[in-house]
Amino acid sequence: MKTEAPASGPFFKVDGISLQFGGLKAVDNVSFEVDKGEIFTIIGPNGAGKTSIFNLISRLYEPTSGRLLFEGRDITKVPPHKIAAMGIARTFQNIELFENASLLQNLLVGRHCHTRTQLWQEILFIPEVRWAEKEHRMKCEEVIEFLDLQAYRDKLIAGLPYGVRKVTEVARALCSEPKLILLDEPSSGLNVEETTDMSFWIRDIKNDLGITVLMVEHDMSLVNRVSDRVLALNYGKVMAMGTPKEVQSHPDVVAAYLGV
Amino acid sequence: MRFLFKTNYDQDIRLFQHTGHVWTYAALLAVMIVAPLFISQYLQSQLVFVFIYAIVGVALMILTGFTGQGSLGHAAFLAIGAYTAAYMQSKGFVFWQYFLVAGALTGVVGAIVGFPALRLHGIYLLIATISFAFIVEEVLARWESVTHGNEGMRVGALNLFGLPMSRNSDYFYYLCLGVLTLVMIGALNLMRSPTGRAFIAIRDSETAAKSMGINLSAYKVKAFAISAAITGLAGALYAHKMSFISPEMFTLLLSIEFIMVIIIGGAIGLHGAVLGAIFIVMIDPLLTTLKDDLPVVFSSLAGTFGASGATAAKVKETVAAIGSAAGLKGAIYGLIIVLFIIFEPYGLYGRWLKIKLYFQMFPMYKKATFKRQKTYVKTERNR
Repeated sequence: MKTEAPASGPFFKVDGISLQFGGLKAVDNVSFEVDKGEIFTIIGPNGAGKTSIFNLISRLYEPTSGRLLFEGRDITKVPPHKIAAMGIARTFQNIELFENASLLQNLLVGRHCHTRTQLWQEILFIPEVRWAEKEHRMKCEEVIEFLDLQAYRDKLIAGLPYGVRKVTEVARALCSEPKLILLDEPSSGLNVEETTDMSFWIRDIKNDLGITVLMVEHDMSLVNRVSDRVLALNYGKVMAMGTPKEVQSHPDVVAAYLGV
Repeated sequence: MRFLFKTNYDQDIRLFQHTGHVWTYAALLAVMIVAPLFISQYLQSQLVFVFIYAIVGVALMILTGFTGQGSLGHAAFLAIGAYTAAYMQSKGFVFWQYFLVAGALTGVVGAIVGFPALRLHGIYLLIATISFAFIVEEVLARWESVTHGNEGMRVGALNLFGLPMSRNSDYFYYLCLGVLTLVMIGALNLMRSPTGRAFIAIRDSETAAKSMGINLSAYKVKAFAISAAITGLAGALYAHKMSFISPEMFTLLLSIEFIMVIIIGGAIGLHGAVLGAIFIVMIDPLLTTLKDDLPVVFSSLAGTFGASGATAAKVKETVAAIGSAAGLKGAIYGLIIVLFIIFEPYGLYGRWLKIKLYFQMFPMYKKATFKRQKTYVKTERNR
């Protein structure tokens, strides 16, 4: 991994961010910091604003107020298509793969932010394009091997089972060689075995690839197994933050989940 | 069933997936090259139209089939290409100059038309492109100093590097075949490069494409520009083939014919553009033949079933009247589109793939292989 991050300030910082849809405050003055190399999980009941925070970070939503700082740089005004090149990749809760393309093509799209070839070069398919393509392929193969997707390489996404698609989402995000990966409910819709696999992979992403993980998750056993720190959210507001144990025993969190 | 054993990355990158393909396409090209020696003048002329329609088909395939941006304005792009060629020829430029300028100018216009595409989706984009086509048609009719208005323009014989090519000559046939081949290779190159994948990504999920670092506006404009430029090239050839152009040749019906090319051919690959072009070019003479023959067939059928001579004559008259009714062609086209969308959304090429798979898998072919699943667009709200 490149270590060009300026020494000052945290790796990733959300500074008092708010998102308002009309009269509804989906995210209300949320602040947190993610350290380099940790797994940071956001939990909360349905509609708490977890995915909204992700959409704010990947710049699909425009924040009403607040700032996002990544490696000391303000990314609050960066257009969404430039986020990937800065080193933030994401997955989607309701799988957003390119259905009518093969798995490999999906991963290659993940490499898009590393594309340097020009349109005219591509139409003529000059040797530079071929070399670049091979390099992209090589990187994708590494990810395929890492996530055990070899059997599905040339299959169309439309024909793949849900569990494999979920992994493909992670694979596509990894292909962009991010520094920070946002996983939106990586275990939703997976069976127990697939969830276990996913928990190992999330740990490997952190330990072997050195990528910081920011994740939204409902499955508390998975959260406990992998997270270093947890943030609990309710009605767009921060309820508690700390280790998984601390957060789960926090009275407000218990109240929000059990409705007492 | 053929299994490809992949041992290196080049196998995925190269144009032909295996040597079998190299031979079949080489054979096809060889057949097309020797064809003028054996076929009639009429069929050769029809083939030139197939080539021109296929070039437009490839253009529309890139825009609609791969990028997912519909367009009913391609007749206007064709017109811009054709008029550029005609005008520049009348000013004394030579073929390769106005051929390239026709492509470049139409590409620029295409890029400008592409800007509304950043905000418009689906049917709204179609309507925007239709209005663009009407504007172009109107400009061509009114801008008389350049286009000669509704009188139209005569297009002189083509002269390429001192080699005269009349519109029915073998040379012109080879020129169109050559342009089609080059355009297809260019399109295939594009589709195996990052830009082509970005197009497919935009078609399948704009939200995900954005998050993967694809600049939606830049790529949509690129898709429009490329598609328009290719259509402009086809327009220059079309002008020479028709040898006379006027605004009423580039109407909405022509745009619909182009859309039909890819719907009927199958918007899943470049093969579809060629198959669709063959269908569209050949259906016109077929309809004409039917129009001439059907009244006779029906009246003799009526006679066979014991109708009197007067009734049979009446039947003949009625069928002939229906056959020459205004707008019947449009109605038949509409019916064909509807039937294809319902029963064979992958078009002729999709049907060909199914037949091929049936024999490859025999007797294990499963009917459900191509069954469409109902899916929901999840990203509408993030657009």
